[in-house]
Amino acid sequence: MSTEAHADRISDVSKKFGITPEDYMLPARHMINLLNPDGTLRPEDQQGTEPGHEYPLPSPARLLEAYAALVTGRRVNDQNSALVRQGRMAVYPSSHGQEACQIAAALCLGENDWLFPTYRDTVAVLTKGVAPMEVMTSFRGEWHCGYDPKAYNCAPMSTPLTTQLLHAVGVAHAAKLRGEDTVVVAMCGDGATSEGDFHEALNFAAVFNLPVIFFVQNNKYAISVPLSQQSAAPSLAHKAVGYGMAGERVDGNDLMALMAIMTRAVRMAREGNGPLLIEAHTYRMQAHTNADDDKRYREDSEVQEWIAKDPVTRMKAYLDDAGLLTDSTVAKITADAESVAKTLRDGMNQEANTDPRELFEHVYSAKTPQLAEQQAMLVDELDREEA
Amino acid sequence: MTATTSRLNPNVSAATARAAAKAANEHQPVTFGKALNTALADSLVADNSVVIFGEDVGTLGGVFRITDGLTARFGSERCFDTPLAESGIVGMAVGMAINGMRPVIEMQFDAFAYPAFEQIASHVAKMRNRTQGKLNLPMVIRIPYAGGVGGVEHHCDSSEAYYAHTPGLKVFTPSCVEDAYLMLREAIDSDDPVVFFEPKKLYWSKEQVDLAQLAEQYEAKKSARTEGQARIARPGSDATLITYGPSVSTALEAAKLAAEEGISLEVLDIRSIVPFDDETVCASVRKTGRAIVVAEAQGFASVASEIVARVQERCFHSLAAPVLRVTGFDIPYPAPTLEKFHLPSAERILDAVDQLQWEA
Ligand SMILES: Cc1ncc(C[n+]2csc(CCOP(=O)(O)OP(=O)(O)O)c2C)c(N)n1
Ligand SMILES: [Mg+2]
Repeated sequence: MSTEAHADRISDVSKKFGITPEDYMLPARHMINLLNPDGTLRPEDQQGTEPGHEYPLPSPARLLEAYAALVTGRRVNDQNSALVRQGRMAVYPSSHGQEACQIAAALCLGENDWLFPTYRDTVAVLTKGVAPMEVMTSFRGEWHCGYDPKAYNCAPMSTPLTTQLLHAVGVAHAAKLRGEDTVVVAMCGDGATSEGDFHEALNFAAVFNLPVIFFVQNNKYAISVPLSQQSAAPSLAHKAVGYGMAGERVDGNDLMALMAIMTRAVRMAREGNGPLLIEAHTYRMQAHTNADDDKRYREDSEVQEWIAKDPVTRMKAYLDDAGLLTDSTVAKITADAESVAKTLRDGMNQEANTDPRELFEHVYSAKTPQLAEQQAMLVDELDREEA
Repeated sequence: MTATTSRLNPNVSAATARAAAKAANEHQPVTFGKALNTALADSLVADNSVVIFGEDVGTLGGVFRITDGLTARFGSERCFDTPLAESGIVGMAVGMAINGMRPVIEMQFDAFAYPAFEQIASHVAKMRNRTQGKLNLPMVIRIPYAGGVGGVEHHCDSSEAYYAHTPGLKVFTPSCVEDAYLMLREAIDSDDPVVFFEPKKLYWSKEQVDLAQLAEQYEAKKSARTEGQARIARPGSDATLITYGPSVSTALEAAKLAAEEGISLEVLDIRSIVPFDDETVCASVRKTGRAIVVAEAQGFASVASEIVARVQERCFHSLAAPVLRVTGFDIPYPAPTLEKFHLPSAERILDAVDQLQWEA
């Protein structure tokens, strides 16, 4: 694609919105925020929207669906943290406080669309449809990811920071070459935006004009390091313009705003307008993982401030006020969340069923003679142990 | 740019391509580079999911011209340039392989593949295992490697050990024109990721090989397959030179000189470093009772070290002398004027042969 073609593409979309290419690519002056922390709808002139950066409100049915997933997400996070404390699970990087981001990232996708999550994104993976115990396989300390990525169009959760963003670009590229309609959401954290693969992925996606939405959860910390030590950019969303794509900031604890933004982003990407960068402002309310001590690098008062902006209570207050949460609806949502938690509890309380002999089976499509030899040695050791 | 399925179908039949190749081949010997180029073209014809990309591989045809003419013939959806970013190239290939393609990507030079190492070690090598075999990555990472061409700093590394040390990768390196064609086709058809090392000093070497016939045999699944087996490049009976890639020609030269002195050296070309053909190697060493491993890479913690270890573990009772190594020195690859001192030479190999305790 020529330089002019890139410029034309951006100019065409911006014209659709009646704004300049710069105003299209740069994030709106203020972060998009539809609901106040107390759940009240913000006045239209305070939602952060501006020409070209307008986001239609999701339907009540869609909001209820998202809220149900949110409640389950919170329940799953807390259940998993409890299972770690009880020694039933090796490690769990909780997204407690970030559940609205998790839900919006997955829920906005269609069945043929792909999700590329990180270690933090258990709840998004669940929302994409992966079975609860399958999601948790690797955190249990098993050697594989636990699910078939192709069955769910959901990649294995990636630990090497931002490496998965390039895989997302590749999946979108392959789909585009075959003329298939596939949108990809690629997730990473604020700290991860400093990694080289973040840059390479955004650049490739823009140069090849691919339908990838880069969804950054800015939870303010990378383990202990605050964002100010990662980036001097005005915002992470501002990085988009440097690649020739549009960026936007959104309140990441405002499920309504997230659903509105992600729904439009997916539609834009599907229509061939190229990649987008969404920065969601949220907060990691708990330590990085159970192994981390967050008192060493942040004040409890800061955590308390963010607890007041909790995404779950906020959404619930809005739906209550709107009369959308009937008793039976609440009962069903709670029961569904509880059922997932029970599945996790029951599953984790059973011993993992791993066979060390299998460690040699999937290194290559066919075992090399060397691996066959090593496997035979282990099998012999195990047989002698049993004898 | 909206791609459709039809764009992936090149407007050329395999038969036409072969006839053209045959006509061109009849009178002229072919270069190693042309054999690679033909293997790429034939793979693009044979399998619509093959895509080729990298730095300068499109319009230019690669800095070594290995992808010459492919974009013109197959279109820019099948062979295209990417931004300058090696991790990006490998990472995008991973995603394309997840989604049904067979990417064949070019790293411009050995040392410039290092930015991609995280993608290769953490994902290319592990995706199959991590997903219990649900996602395999049929992709080929082509790396022009090694020296002997007067290349400047960062252009002559023998980096095969890094990859051979990484479980989940296959590592191939051809040393003759026929193998260049066959092994690249096998690499592309492999369901496992292959790091494909091309000795750059061989790109211009020529041999009389009928590529069209080779292609026919390969596609008919006839004898023309290497299947990861070592090759006896020259039969002999007194000692075995075990070698691969750029060092095979040096070992052959040494064997020729030794023959003049009445010593019969067998030269084994490993071809596939991973998986490794213990059987052929050990059969040869058991027969000759003496062995030297020859490799251009620095010797410490190298593929050569691994081969020595394997041979002595398996052939100890057949050995009349310790297994020796002739390798590059443990120094950064030297400047063009000095590389001749670093590279294993036929003379250095013959010196090692002299040390194989012949008096016993
Ligand atoms: C390439 C790489 N370097 C370092 C790490 C170790 N590490 C794991 S998570 C993390 C912090 C990432 O922070 P951020 O991107 O903000 O995501 P968050 O954990 O806050 O969700 C680090 C340094 C890693 N996983 N990968
Ligand atoms: Mg963070």
